[in-house]
Order: sequence, then structure tokens, then C-alpha cells
Amino acid sequence: MNRGRGAGNGPAFAKPKEKTSVVLLKMWRYLAKYRLIIIAAALLSILGNALGLMSPKLSGEAIKAIELKSGVDFPVVIRYVLLMIAVAAASSLISWGLSAIMIRLSRNVVSKMRKDLFDHLTTLPISFFDTHQTGDVLSILSYDVDTVGATLSTDLTQIISSLVTVVGSFFMMVTLAPELLLVFAVTIPCSIAITRWRARIVRPLFSKRSRMLGAMNGYSEEAVSGLKTIRAYHQEDEFNDRFRTHNDNAVHATWHADHTAAVTGPTVNLINNLSLAAVSVFGALMYMSGRLLLGDVSSFVLYSRKFSGPINEFANILAEIQSSLAAAERVLTLLGLSPEPADDPDAQPIGQCRGRIEFRDVSFGYDEETTVLHHISYTAEPGKVMAIVGETGCGKTTMINLLMRFYDVTDGAILLDGVDLRKLPRDELRRQFTMVLQDTWLFDGTVFENIAYGRDGVTREDVERAAKAAHIHDMILSLPQGYDTIVTGSGNSISKGQKQLLTIARAMLIDSPMLILDEATSNVDTQTERRIQDAMLKLMHGRTCFIIAHRLSTITGADCILVMDKGRIVESGTHQELLDKRSMYYELYHAQFDRPNDAA
Amino acid sequence: MRTVGHYLKPFIGRISIQMLIKISGTVVELFLPALLKVIIDTYAAGHDLGGIWRTGAVMVLCAFLAWLGNCAANRMSTNISREVTRRLRTDLFRRISQLSAAQQDRLTDASLVSRLTTDTYNVHNMIDRMQRLGVRAPMLLVGGIIVSALTEPVLTLVLVATLPLLAVTVWWSSRKGVPLFTLVQEGQDHLVRKVQENMSGARVIRALSRTKWEQDAFGEVNADLAARQRKADLTMAVVSPITSFILNAALAMVVLVGAWRVSAGMIGPGTIISFLSFVTIILNALLMVTRIFVMYSKGSASAKRLEEVLLMPADLMIEEADAAQEEEHIVFDHVSFSYNKNYDNVTDLDFRVRRGQTLGVIGPTGSGKSTLLSLLMRQYDADRGEIRIGGRPIRSLTPEELHDRLGVVFQYDFLMADTIRENIRFGREISDDAICSAIETAQASFIHLKEDGLDHELNVRGRNLSGGQQQRVLISRALAGDPRILLLDDCSSALDFRTDRELRHALRQRHGQATTVIVAQRVSAVMAADLILVMDRGRIIGQGTHETLLESCPMYRELCTLQLGGDAA
Repeated sequence: MNRGRGAGNGPAFAKPKEKTSVVLLKMWRYLAKYRLIIIAAALLSILGNALGLMSPKLSGEAIKAIELKSGVDFPVVIRYVLLMIAVAAASSLISWGLSAIMIRLSRNVVSKMRKDLFDHLTTLPISFFDTHQTGDVLSILSYDVDTVGATLSTDLTQIISSLVTVVGSFFMMVTLAPELLLVFAVTIPCSIAITRWRARIVRPLFSKRSRMLGAMNGYSEEAVSGLKTIRAYHQEDEFNDRFRTHNDNAVHATWHADHTAAVTGPTVNLINNLSLAAVSVFGALMYMSGRLLLGDVSSFVLYSRKFSGPINEFANILAEIQSSLAAAERVLTLLGLSPEPADDPDAQPIGQCRGRIEFRDVSFGYDEETTVLHHISYTAEPGKVMAIVGETGCGKTTMINLLMRFYDVTDGAILLDGVDLRKLPRDELRRQFTMVLQDTWLFDGTVFENIAYGRDGVTREDVERAAKAAHIHDMILSLPQGYDTIVTGSGNSISKGQKQLLTIARAMLIDSPMLILDEATSNVDTQTERRIQDAMLKLMHGRTCFIIAHRLSTITGADCILVMDKGRIVESGTHQELLDKRSMYYELYHAQFDRPNDAA
Repeated sequence: MRTVGHYLKPFIGRISIQMLIKISGTVVELFLPALLKVIIDTYAAGHDLGGIWRTGAVMVLCAFLAWLGNCAANRMSTNISREVTRRLRTDLFRRISQLSAAQQDRLTDASLVSRLTTDTYNVHNMIDRMQRLGVRAPMLLVGGIIVSALTEPVLTLVLVATLPLLAVTVWWSSRKGVPLFTLVQEGQDHLVRKVQENMSGARVIRALSRTKWEQDAFGEVNADLAARQRKADLTMAVVSPITSFILNAALAMVVLVGAWRVSAGMIGPGTIISFLSFVTIILNALLMVTRIFVMYSKGSASAKRLEEVLLMPADLMIEEADAAQEEEHIVFDHVSFSYNKNYDNVTDLDFRVRRGQTLGVIGPTGSGKSTLLSLLMRQYDADRGEIRIGGRPIRSLTPEELHDRLGVVFQYDFLMADTIRENIRFGREISDDAICSAIETAQASFIHLKEDGLDHELNVRGRNLSGGQQQRVLISRALAGDPRILLLDDCSSALDFRTDRELRHALRQRHGQATTVIVAQRVSAVMAADLILVMDRGRIIGQGTHETLLESCPMYRELCTLQLGGDAA
């Protein structure tokens, strides 16, 4: 069938690197509506810095009052001390307010991003879920999104406040000694060049780290879901080894990125230290040649320290920014995957659906190389029961995939009441079907919620009626909390057959003109199946039904039985007609009554 | 945290060296301002050109030394955190693979996944950051306090007086923080579960047009997680402003006390000035320390979650027991079991199967058939009674003895995104010949029709195979190890009858020597068995061969009439 990308073996979501500016631009969408808050945060941070600068000034004034020739002027000292405390309180409040604002902002952005990612997931074509590891997607939703969030909440404020300091100090230095700025004309471009060079090296490493963590998460998720089988075959050691390989890759990629990035900070720091040395030497020379006062040299040095501090800081958080960009890239890649093709612009609402389905020379392959359905043509009249039989892998389930438009036909067309399915709104089309699959799906919620899942506004009475019809009511009552018992995916107290009955009860609450039963009762015992037969017949009454079943006894009453082989319809007709033909259906039908003794 | 400490222990030497290098780098860097002072105060003032150049050269040298030291220390710390994380995660996975089924059910798969991923990542971050920040800050703090104590002991007392306040702040924050971050991680579990559900149930959700509903449900989980994260972050965000306020207030008090000391003639005003610069260093150091505590709280919450799994007591212990002389291969001796220890799921199961015989189990949905198999594989221990294999109580068998040459197909079985060959081998040493022979028995020759045969890559959870094809790959897996015991839980429900018949036929011919337990819905699947158990509501209501059961068990007779038509007997 469809060949996937071998999602388990290689990291998915690998994509050529996007330009940083493109990534930033796309990320800005998330920030744009907070721009006023960001400006407010910047102003707060400037105010905080200014208050921070006031403190030395105040203590200086207090000390002046202490070293008076006339002795200590206590009232003045106390006034300044109180002022100092007041300023300290104010600056603490501001810094708390600032981080509170940034935390709220970043949490909102992160939460919006996660929601967008999830909502986008729900629009992706079914083939995505067949080929991608849950764990890898989870890694994007947790690790990558959180990495971006951390940068927003901490690094963004840091950058803002650094910018203020850098600009301020630069201005002060220009007024003091423009000549000495020549030193920075050499060192700043050096710092920038180094930073850019390191970023170029480090960025792909961080991308790899995100990918490898994703691959490891994918493997973890898969392996945890198979733990019971792994233990049954006593292959814990073997799977530990395989996990170790994934873990080694992830740990190595993390290390490689961190290890390489670890040099950036100290290197920029080195440039700054060198510039300090240069400033000292040249400042001293200028003083000697009489072009500068000693006090100015000392002030210049102080400001140059203030100036290079933020640059240093920036180089240090550069690694985090790079890892965020790499993470953002993965977020954007997932967001950029194309959803199910949009509904045809001329799509007409279905309105009153009669439920007439026509397959008109339909061919289909999951990929271009192999065709799994060949020239299928048949018509299902409204209210009729169509049964599809054939050996496993003959294309029965594929037919259902096409009916539900999980995939679209390659050739030919499927028509509902004479209209091509592709010309109908997909959501509305799907609502015309009720589907019960062999692969039962229950979610983490109560029994009631799981049965009521298919429709809004279902009452307790409705649910109980459906459960009784599906002969599952008594079992539910025997559960610890009855209908309020939580059904968990891995819970053992509900058997597979019972889960199938729950999904049948779910289907009974849905009112739709067409019904699909794909091995709906395969794990239900024959007696129970017999007991729910009335309910099933009622469920099927008045609807166009498509039934796939191996227990042919359940389909003998079908209006038309399609016998499929290798993707083609080889026979069709009613049970009796097909038996009379004494061909493939005849053989299939008699196989089930065949005694093992005869076969031996 | 003890566990993480245990993982750090082997690296204590390397961590010390790393810290030493970091300290040296920091100290060398601190020389730079001192040298600057020398250039300006001494040489520039003294017009000593040679001195200026010489000292300048020393500054350059110091800068390079600091660079070397910092790079080396940072890199060492990444090496150490890499090793610690590698070991921690490997051990965690191993422990998870050895959890008993009951423990796994209790922890839930979603939580295990998030522990393996986000929690180990948080711990990694904590180890990494603490190594980098963890030295410099305490060093500056202690150094600052010592130097200030030497300069002016009385003023230092003012500083020391704030320490209890600071200690309370830090203590409060980590006490608050750890539970809050634990809540965050639990929120993460919910997120994992929701996404898992949606990825595995995509078809059903689309079919029922519940996309909007699922989006809203995720919205709730997501908003809840965001709220928990916000709460944790906001709580931790209080710490650093409080610390900085306490210290700035202390600074003011230093001035005040200093004023009093000056007026009493005990110290000069210059002392206050130099003292204040120490306080600033201490303040910065303390702010860094509080940041470390935030990281600690987050990492420690995750570490606790890892610890919970790592230290989980081994369940299903191997007990010493004597082997009984027994002819039978599998014996259930009055076995009862309950999942929730409330009411029994199976009661008084009592039967014996000889080596090479086939046991058929049949009964209505929920009658305890799969539970019987779980007990036989010792996924759970029986509450009452005893299960013996080859005369030995199942509790006395090592996993090797119990699971070696066991072939099993579960109802919900596991296919990986890997080649068909790997899915059948499943980590065991099995030759392609053996695989092909298993494929033949399992009626899975469709595999050979794939253009790449055994190398055909399966999609996630084998979704590129039909239900019947999946079952036959799983049966091939069970048969490939030439099992002594073969357990098949409703493994042919998706097979058509002809394939099913041929499968049974081949099984009898090729694996006749294996003791086989077949759980099925179809009478035809079990009627040839040497012993058939008819189960209902957790009890065996009839056992015997097809013929004797037709006589003795009304329920079985009814089943046969239903499924095989009137001429069954």
C-alpha cells in the first residue's frame, strides 16, 4: 500500500534551513498583537535601569553628609537612607512587574502557538497520521514550543534593556573622547563578525539537536506503546539497546550544539577584554600627550565596561536564540504542511441526502507505483445494504477510505446522489456517514462521554438506551462508577469486544443517511452479536449500508454482495445468486462451515 | 534529587576540575581592572611609557588566559551533562521496560513518555546551567563576605543580618516552586495524552466530524498547561526582586550604621565607600544564586518524577519454589484475580494442559479470556491459587525461563515503523529462512509480493497493512522463534475464513509440538483443541473436548448451533 517515509528510522520534519529573517518575520506574527505591551515592557525596563543608576548617586549624597567637617548631619543622612530604601522598593516592584508582563506575554504566545499547531494537525490529511510518529509531533509541541517561549520571556527583556545601556554608554563615550572610540571601531566589528560566524556554525547544530530529540521522542513513544509485547518476548535488552542508539544520537546532538556554542561567550568576552587593554594603553598615551584628563580616562573606561557588558551578555544568550530559531523552524515546518485540499470553491451544501452512492470506474493507489483498486464500478441505491467481501488485503478498507474522502480517487469518480464527492464540502460529506471500525477508538474520558461522543446534546437516557441496545448496559453498571467510569487507553478492565460494543452504542446515537460497518463486531462473541442483531438491523434501517465482515453469516441478508479479489470486483449479487454461481463466494462461504477435522 | 546526585557522583572529580578552571578564569579576569588601575595611577601619572606597554601586554595575556579557562570549563560542563543525561535516560528507559503491567497501568503511557522526554530534558538543563553558574556566584558571594568582614566587621554584621531573610526567601521559593513545577509536568502528561489520542484516532474523529470538539478539548488542556506554567513562573519571578530589595535595603542600613560609626569616630567615610562596592558584588552574586534556585526547583520537580519510576520497587519478584513432578505443561490451580482488587475478573480457574496439546478458550465478550492469558504470561500475579509451567510455579521462573520461546499475539498488538523483517524478528536472532518458514505457516505470503519483500518498511503502527495483513505479520512473529508455548489471543479475527482454516492447518502440521493456547470467538478455531474451556463472567463453565462439551455444556452447544449450523454435532 502506501509507502511512508519510514518515519521511525529517520527524523521527520527535516527541511532545508530557512533564512533567519524569514523565520523571525513569521514568528513576529505571534508577537505583533502584543507590540504595545512590548513597548510598555521596554519603557519599564528603561525606568528600572534609571532607578538602578540613581542608587549610587543617593548613597554618594548620603556619604557627603557623613564626611562634613562639622560632623555627621544625621537628618540628611536619614533622609537619603529612606530615599535609598524607597528607590530599592520601586526598582524591585518594577522588575517584578516587568517579568510578570513578559511571563504572561510569553505564556500567551506559547499557548497560542501550541493551539495553532494542534488545530493545524486536525486539518492535515490522514496520510500524515499514517506516516508520522506521535512522539516526534509531541516533541514539537513541547520541547520546540517551550524553547521559543523561554527565549521570549527572558531573552527578549534582556535584549531590550541591553540596547538601552549600549546606546546610553555609546553616547557618553562620544562626548568624552571620540578618538578612543577608534578602538571600538576595530573591536565591535570583530565581535559582530565572530558572533555571526559562530551563529552560522551553531544554527545547523541546534536544528539537528531539535530533530534528534524529536526522533528520540518518537522512538520513546512507539516503544512505550509496545512495552507489553516487548516484555512478552523478553526483548527488553534488545529494545534498551535500540533506545540507547536514539538516546546517544540525541545526547550527542545536544552536546555538539552546546559544546560548540560554549566558545562564543568567552570569545566575545576576550574581544572585550582586549579592547579594555587597548583603551587603557591608548588612554594612558593620550593623557601623556596631554590630550585627555585622567578623570576622563577613568570615566571612559567605566563606560566602556558598561558598553561591553551587554554585548557580552548578548553573546551568551546567542546560543539560546539560535536554539530557539532552530526550534521555531520546526514549528513553522509543521505549520507549513499542506492541509487536506480545500473544498471545491463551487462545493454545494448537501442538503437533503438520499444516500445513493455510485462508484464510476474508480481506480486508486496510495502512491504512484502501485494501484490497489482497479476500475471499480457499482451503485448502492438509497437504503440498500452493500456487503463487501474478499480475502484480506483485497482493497475493502481502501474503498471505505475513499468513501470518507480520507484519500481521493486517482481515476474515475465516486458520486453521492449524482454529485462527485470532490465537489462536496468534506466535513458535511463525512457527517452523512456513521462509521464503526474494527479498530476501536476510545479516548480518556468517562464511558458516558465516549458513547455520547458522536453527537452534541445527548442525554443520559439516550446513552443508556443505546448501551442497552448494544447489550453493554449491564457491563457498564458493573464498573466501579458505572457510566462515570473513566476509560483509559491502556486500562484492562474493559475487553476489546466490550470496546467494540461501546463504539456500536456510540454509532446508534448518530443519525446519518449512510452507515459503514468495517468488521464492527469482529471481537464480539457470536451470542452477543446475535443479541444485538435487532439493534443492528434497526441501526441499518433506512440507511445505505456498507458492511465489511468475515463472518459471512452476518451479511447473507445484504441486497448486494461485492466479492473482491486483488482490487477488482470479481462477482456481485445477492447471497443466493452468488451461491448458485458456485464460484469464489461459494468457496468463501463454505470455508467457514468447514470442520478442522476435514481440513487436517 | 538523591538519584540525580547518585548520577553526578562518578563525575565529582571532573566537576571539581571544571569548577577549578572556571574559578581560575574568573580570578584572572578580575586582575584586568587591577592592571588598568596600575596603568593609569602609576605609569601614566609617572609618564613611564615602557611600563604602560608592559602592563598592556600582561592585560592581553590575562585576557587570553581567561578565554582559555572559560572555554575549557564550559566545554567540560557540556561533557559532564552529556554523560549524566545519557546514563540517566538509558537507565530510565531500562527501568520502564521492566515495569510490571500493573505499574505501567498506574503510571499511564502518556506520563511515561513525558518523563522520558521533557523531564529528562529539564534535568539536563539544570545540571548544565548549575555547573556554569553554580561556581561563579557562590565564589563571589563568599569572597565578597570575607573581604568585607576583613575591612569592617561591624558593617558586615548588617549584611549578615539579612542572610536569614534571604534564606527564608530561597527556602520558600523552592518549597513553593517544586510542587508548582510538578503540576506543570502533570499538565504536560495531559497534553501528551490528548495528542496521542488525536493522532491514533484521526480517522474516527474526522468520520464523526468532531474536529472542532477536539480542538476545544485540546484548547482546555493547553490553557490549563499554560496557566500552570504561568503560575509557576510568576511565583518564581517574585524571588529575585525580593532578594534585590532586601540587599538594597541592607545597603541603606550600611550607610546609616556607617554614619553612626563615623560620628562615633570609629571609621572613616572612605571605608563606607569601599564597603559599598563589596555589597554591590555580593548583591549581583546573590541574584545569580536565586536564579540557580529557580532552575533547581524546576529540575528538581522533574528529577522527582524520574525518581518515582527509577525507585519503583520491583514488582512480580522471583520466588524460590520447588518443582513438582507433573506431567502437565500448563496448570492453573484454582486461580482468581482482580485488576482493581474490588471484584474478581476471573474466579477459580482450574485446568491442566499437557505438553504439545492445544487449549481452546471461548466465551462471551468480557468473560476473562484475555485476563487468563495475561496471568499465564505473568503480566499480573494471581490473587489466589497458583499457576505452574512444567511443574514449576510461575512465580519462581525467571523472565528468561518464562518468555524464552514463547510466541504470543495479543489483541492489541504492536507493529513498529521498521521493516517487515524487523517486525518479525523483534530483536531476536532469527535467520531469514526461519522467518520465511514462519511467514508460510502464518499465510503471510503477501509479504513476498511486495517489491522489496522482507525489507518493506511499515508505517507507524503498521498502518500501511490491512487488518488481516497486520495479524498475519504478528502471527509470523509469534511463530518465528519456534515457540514451545504459543498464545494466540483472537488473532485471526480479521482473517477471512479460508485463510484462517489454512492457518490452523499449517499450525497443526508445523507447530504440533508446541503447547498452544488459542483464544477465539469462532468455534471452528477451537473445536479441534485437546481441551476447550468455555468461559462466562470470569468462570469456567465447561471444559472438555468438542464432543464432550456438546453433551455437557448448553452454552457451547448453542455456540456451535449458531456458528456451524444445525449439523454441528
